[in-house]
Amino acid sequence: MSAKISYDDVEVGTELPAQSFPVTRATLVQYAGASGDFNPIHWNEKFAKEVGLPDVIAHGMFTMAEAIRVVTDWTGDPGAVAEYGVRFTKPVIVPNDDNGALIEVSGKVAAKLDDDARTVRVDLTATSAGQKVLGMSRAVVRLA
Amino acid sequence: MALDPSFVGRTYPPTDPYEVGREKIREFAEAIGDTNPAYTDTEAAKALGHLDVIAPPTFVFAITFKAAGTVVRDPQLGLDYNRVVHGDQKFAYTRPVRAGDRLTVTSTIEAVKTMAGNDIIDIRGDVHDEAGEHVVTAFTKLVARAAKEG
Repeated sequence: MSAKISYDDVEVGTELPAQSFPVTRATLVQYAGASGDFNPIHWNEKFAKEVGLPDVIAHGMFTMAEAIRVVTDWTGDPGAVAEYGVRFTKPVIVPNDDNGALIEVSGKVAAKLDDDARTVRVDLTATSAGQKVLGMSRAVVRLA
Repeated sequence: MALDPSFVGRTYPPTDPYEVGREKIREFAEAIGDTNPAYTDTEAAKALGHLDVIAPPTFVFAITFKAAGTVVRDPQLGLDYNRVVHGDQKFAYTRPVRAGDRLTVTSTIEAVKTMAGNDIIDIRGDVHDEAGEHVVTAFTKLVARAAKEG
């Protein structure tokens, strides 16, 4: 494993570069195929509304996959992630237009965990349309 | 219907091996728009110290969720699968999943409870490679929402 960020260069409060990830209906169809999750709430508006949702929503696991990119782009090595967990608090609602929705993710170093293992905890914030869509979104990362 | 607490601690037999394909990893990385070369370029992955291309951190969920499906559909458990939503998800990695892995999942029910009519179940999926070495554990919390009255 070889993260490009050095543990010694990081302090509690260090902010990771924030990113925005677009998601359209086409994105969701592609993710459904790649992940094997074909639940119609992610592509069928009629079905989504019948089960009480405002519209088609993104897969929670898609949002989770995008949020950790703030960490893996920062470290360079996706294998540096030792733990990663989220709570799915609000759905990302994806309208049927060319723009879709935007998932905005920021992260900062919340704690330096272990000087020998060179691990830090990164807390992530993910929002869409002004709503927080993930809660307790945390990753433990091994740095160089 | 409240879930039977005697299910806590129940472990299900390991799944048949899932062989991780490099093209499946590429397809997943493309679907999430992630161009990190560690997912598609063997030399780039090796430069980071990996044996072959690795999978994005959440890739393994497709494998563990399928295994968890066997648990939640256990007729003895009596969970209403049509009302299930994903509550929490966590992964603890020993190493990243990589192309060529043949992975098995052993699922264990860690907790069941009923709160405000919602059935909540915590399932742990321990993922091992062909050599029996631990790769990752997935912790999945599923919530079966209360059925509406009348």
